[in-house]
Amino acid sequence: MRKQPPEERIKNFNEVALGLSERETLDEAKGCLGCKKANCVKGCPVEIDIPAFIGLVKEKRYVEAAEKIKEKNNLPAICGRVCPQEDQCEKACVLFKKGRPIKIGYLERFVAAREMEKGERAETKKRKTAENNGKKVAVIGSGPAGLTCSADLAKMGYDVTVFESLHKPGGVLVYGIPEFRLPKEIVRYEVEYVRSLGVKTETNVIIGRTATLDDLRREGFRAFFVGSGAGLPYFMGIEGENLNGVYSANEFLTRINLMKAYLFSRYDTPVTVGSRVGVIGGGNVAMDSARCAKRLGAKEVIIIYRRTEKEMPARCEEIENAKEEGIRFELLTNPTRLLGKDGWIKEAECVRNSLGEPDASGRRRPLPIEGSEFKIGLDTLVCAIGQGPNPLLLSTIPDLRLTKRGNIEADEDGATSIPGVFAGGDIVTGAATVISAMGAAKKSARAINRYLKDSSLRGAKRRSNL
Amino acid sequence: MHRIISKEKLNPVIHKMIIEAPRAAQRVRPGQFVIIMIDEKGERIPLTICGHDKDKGTITIIFQEAGKTTKKLARLKEGDTLLNTAGPLGRPTMVTKTGKIVLIGGGVGIAELLPIAQFAKELGGDLTIIIGARSGDLLILEDELRRLTERVYVTTDDGSYGEKGVVTQPLKRLLEKEKFSLAYCVGPDIMMKHVCLTTKEANLKTIVSLDANMVDATGMCGTCRVMVGGETKFSCVDGPEFDGHQVDFTEFMARQKRFEREERIALENFEKECRCKKR
Repeated sequence: MRKQPPEERIKNFNEVALGLSERETLDEAKGCLGCKKANCVKGCPVEIDIPAFIGLVKEKRYVEAAEKIKEKNNLPAICGRVCPQEDQCEKACVLFKKGRPIKIGYLERFVAAREMEKGERAETKKRKTAENNGKKVAVIGSGPAGLTCSADLAKMGYDVTVFESLHKPGGVLVYGIPEFRLPKEIVRYEVEYVRSLGVKTETNVIIGRTATLDDLRREGFRAFFVGSGAGLPYFMGIEGENLNGVYSANEFLTRINLMKAYLFSRYDTPVTVGSRVGVIGGGNVAMDSARCAKRLGAKEVIIIYRRTEKEMPARCEEIENAKEEGIRFELLTNPTRLLGKDGWIKEAECVRNSLGEPDASGRRRPLPIEGSEFKIGLDTLVCAIGQGPNPLLLSTIPDLRLTKRGNIEADEDGATSIPGVFAGGDIVTGAATVISAMGAAKKSARAINRYLKDSSLRGAKRRSNL
Repeated sequence: MHRIISKEKLNPVIHKMIIEAPRAAQRVRPGQFVIIMIDEKGERIPLTICGHDKDKGTITIIFQEAGKTTKKLARLKEGDTLLNTAGPLGRPTMVTKTGKIVLIGGGVGIAELLPIAQFAKELGGDLTIIIGARSGDLLILEDELRRLTERVYVTTDDGSYGEKGVVTQPLKRLLEKEKFSLAYCVGPDIMMKHVCLTTKEANLKTIVSLDANMVDATGMCGTCRVMVGGETKFSCVDGPEFDGHQVDFTEFMARQKRFEREERIALENFEKECRCKKR
């Protein structure tokens, strides 16, 4: 796929990947064998009928192709950009063995873009939502999980309200993933689609503070889906972490993406980077932070990661993008202490690691090499070592069973220890991908449907027994 | 959208606004705050909820013009709207027991002291209040506080009203003569620091309410972190109140300056813009 050249894109926040042209799309689609028993569908967490939508692409019926995707995936323009297709559908494609799987993600992105351009919303032509059954379901969190669950439930006829704690719906799609990887206009469009299905969104509502689950029960909500994400930033717990210039990735990215600090002076929220920025971590969030820092004018941006590139959890594509943009990688390196002057960070003291035996995650454990301490001069340090479950909501639902790590305990269908309360996405699994959250949310939507059908049956029985 | 129902000037730089916020009005407890965002391009800033009316669905905020956002807020009029409010946030006050309490407020912090004093009074507490300001014309809410107790001490930096000096002076005298079960302090960081030093000598437990910089205010970003008893806490979800004797004020005050430069630029640009508009 064509991309903005690195020397240009590091000066702006516009989208890096530019998408396929129609010609390229048709060429790519032509290669699809249209397998009867399609492995790619099994590789997709939300089971999109991939051969069917590609079939429609071949016939240039793009809007119908988008409609086909939307039977399963409510957010194609988003997934076409941020899904790790290389580990999912494309890896399962029969052509993968030949070394050239169909670029399913690119095709998905193309048809979603076509639908947007034409302003021809598939669903306005043929709306597949059932009649409103008047049963109220509350969805907590408007990220990928919440949007998916609410869209699916609305399609089944439920009266769904999504509660979002921030002032814009979208969750991590808005506060976390930068504009250059996922334009916010795309998120807005996809949220509009979910709204067009009848889903209500209420922003600025922090469940647990602004209203509790019990308040919502009193307001008539009969089932709940918690998709509140992984919103608690982890710090390393080393000396100097509260120095000025040290950010959690959540803070750094929220300032930039949600609050538009990269447009400071037109927007009021500030962010500072200085000339040397370190980013600790090796995931997509680390890559996003590093690439943002570069765009904010930092001369040197260094990713500091304790293992090697092979163990990095980030998508290859994002590592590649970061390298192209001149981000330096200090691998097998771990900060041990942050040193400051006048309250501001000046240096990170680090050690070099070697790799030992694999740990619980299956990745080789980093072991510090004695006497290998060295210092990296820094003006800013972003800590992108992961996020945990935000306890704010969970602590106000005392009966909700949690795991040792503080995530919600839920079964395959997202059912929790409280009847009628379901959960999915990062709040259950810990930080993972957009699409896995969406997959879990779809299962929960089906389970909520079963639960509400059963409970109304039970209610009817009780009434007839009276 | 949240309509401004009324606006009142408490002194040349401190304003009181009653704004529509139905959900927050239902649930707010003393000590909690609300996040406001004036418009699409605005910052999210925390302001203590100083009062509320459940039936009308309104909350009261009192703020001092300091940076761009509060200056912008001060220019809004009755009937104007704020784009977003989110709350109530933070933990409700730690004041739960009756007893002999000394409450100390400084500057705009006196506004934050009021709901706590009212609550302590409701609990049946025996209140002593010390308030301070730079000068007499800047002192706010004295009458409201005097309605709660006869024992109100006032200090001003310039001596234009009440005792000349700082709040720790009457506090020290009181602590020498009397025994209190709790102190509560809210005001400028430097004042809270010195009040805590004073009460620590008297071994008097002191609650402070910190006004940290915030973004989401739901525990998501950690920008409001503060060391309390050797542990990092988030002001937004673990606070805003903390045991004042455990707070590392030196670090906290350094952290409050992290966007000083940007805040100054924003303010200068805003004031330039305002002057241009006037012409």
